Amino acid sequence: MNAPASLARRVLLQGRYETMTMLRNGEQLLIAVILPLMALVGLTITPLLDEFTDSRIDMAAPGVLALCAVSTGLTGQGIATGFDRRYGVLRFLSTTPLGQSGLILGKVIAVLSVLAIQVVVIGAAALLLGWSPEPGGILPAAVQLILGAGAFTSLGLLIAGTARPEATLAITNLLWVLLAAAGGLLFPAASWPDVYEPAAQLLPSSALGDALRSALMDAEFNLTASIVLLAWTVLAGLAAIRWFKWS
Amino acid sequence: MPNTEPCLDIQGLVKDLGPVAALDGKMVRVIDGVHLRAFPGQVTALLGANGAGKTTTLECAQGLTRPNGGTVRLLGQDPYEAGAGLRSRVGVMLQEGGLPQAIRPIPLLRHVAGMYRSPRDVDALINRLGIDNFGNTPVRRLSGGQKQRVALAAALVGDPEVLFLDEPSAGLDPQSRAVVFDLIQELRTEGLGIILTTHLMDDAQRLADYVFIIDAGKTVAHGTVAELTKATDESSGVERLLTFDARPGLDLAGLPGLSVHETVPGRYTLAGNLIPADLAALAKFWEEQDIMPTAIHMAPRSLEDVFLDISGKGLR
Repeated sequence: MNAPASLARRVLLQGRYETMTMLRNGEQLLIAVILPLMALVGLTITPLLDEFTDSRIDMAAPGVLALCAVSTGLTGQGIATGFDRRYGVLRFLSTTPLGQSGLILGKVIAVLSVLAIQVVVIGAAALLLGWSPEPGGILPAAVQLILGAGAFTSLGLLIAGTARPEATLAITNLLWVLLAAAGGLLFPAASWPDVYEPAAQLLPSSALGDALRSALMDAEFNLTASIVLLAWTVLAGLAAIRWFKWS
Repeated sequence: MPNTEPCLDIQGLVKDLGPVAALDGKMVRVIDGVHLRAFPGQVTALLGANGAGKTTTLECAQGLTRPNGGTVRLLGQDPYEAGAGLRSRVGVMLQEGGLPQAIRPIPLLRHVAGMYRSPRDVDALINRLGIDNFGNTPVRRLSGGQKQRVALAAALVGDPEVLFLDEPSAGLDPQSRAVVFDLIQELRTEGLGIILTTHLMDDAQRLADYVFIIDAGKTVAHGTVAELTKATDESSGVERLLTFDARPGLDLAGLPGLSVHETVPGRYTLAGNLIPADLAALAKFWEEQDIMPTAIHMAPRSLEDVFLDISGKGLR
């Protein structure tokens, strides 16, 4: 009589497998690493951030880290999961000892692994560009970045689990562009017109951007942004559990 | 039936799917009374037309979906509630394969093997199914038959006691078909309980020890192939089906007592408990009409005839 490998082994195997799949995919790598690097350099050499700060790189780096969470959680997992669902991969793996819960835990590991690689690459590039993050803000920033990745991964899975994969591809790529340009990720929502600003601050992207900027620029814990982020993580997670279709 | 515990026992299965937008968001009862029993060391076939409910029945059996009624026992457990322990003893090949498209077959099989404490020898499996020839080609570039073989290997890599195969011969070229069918026979001899679905009578007739005919969400007949194709009236012997090809449009009124039908222009069939006198009458008719048939064929009633009798000849 056969028996399953231990839960830890199954989940770690799946996490490694999903991480390698994401890293081997050219488009995923583009949106996870190359485009954020270009955004970092672009915001540092152009005067776009000059109206908010004296130090472009100190404001650019936290925003680009927030963008990384959107790349990996929303766009990356959204597209990968959407196509896996189309081809029956989710159903097949559900019938192996991995199961549905192992599949989800594997995705969590993959998102955190890719996010760690992004932090190293973006962090190193930012330091080379003269970034000096507040040491006291690093731990809260790490917690908020993980919370944000949770919110965006839940949103990515919600879209992937309810829409066709082609639609998921279009929606998540479009959202990435919109949130980067006008979602408060790279530019603080405080800069938007008065009618738009309060609404913008309720966006998960704006909350994550503001939280990381508060922590890494001023060593402050941004409570409002953290509450908004937590609410999005919980609501998107519950919605994904409720509406996600495995086939 | 062998004197052992069934590896799969489904009684009074009911499953609703939906809501369906075209029906004002109503649920549709796609399974309403499927009974099924499968035993170790046997190939059990679910035979039915497309849309009869075969795949949904399998999904309930595999624990992928929760039935709305009835009971499902897989190796004595409820598959929907059971955990990794049960899943490690069951192999599943889905209809579309369920394979990730970007990965190569050999790394995929090693990955899946890692989910089990004592998997099969992956190299031997790869060799047995001829996967080594394309083991490093991404799945998306494989032919239908190659994908099916990889999906079968993925279902077997955990060395299961029960194997589910949803339409195993779909998309198989004759070569792959021979490899896959041989392996299924071999696995049966090893003692696996194999449950497969098919809409091809030929598959069921070649592979199955026991057949359940599913129609419109119900089990409508079951038995061995021999039992199902036996004459309905035991005393009258075996029912036969005779076909002959001749010029189209023959006047069949000159054949009293025999109900010959022209099924397609130029092809005539006669079914029933034929006796030598019937053949003599037929030959006399040919002589009178100066007909020399271009082909004559007679065989016992096939599973296909049984199936068509039961499920109706109309197209669905």
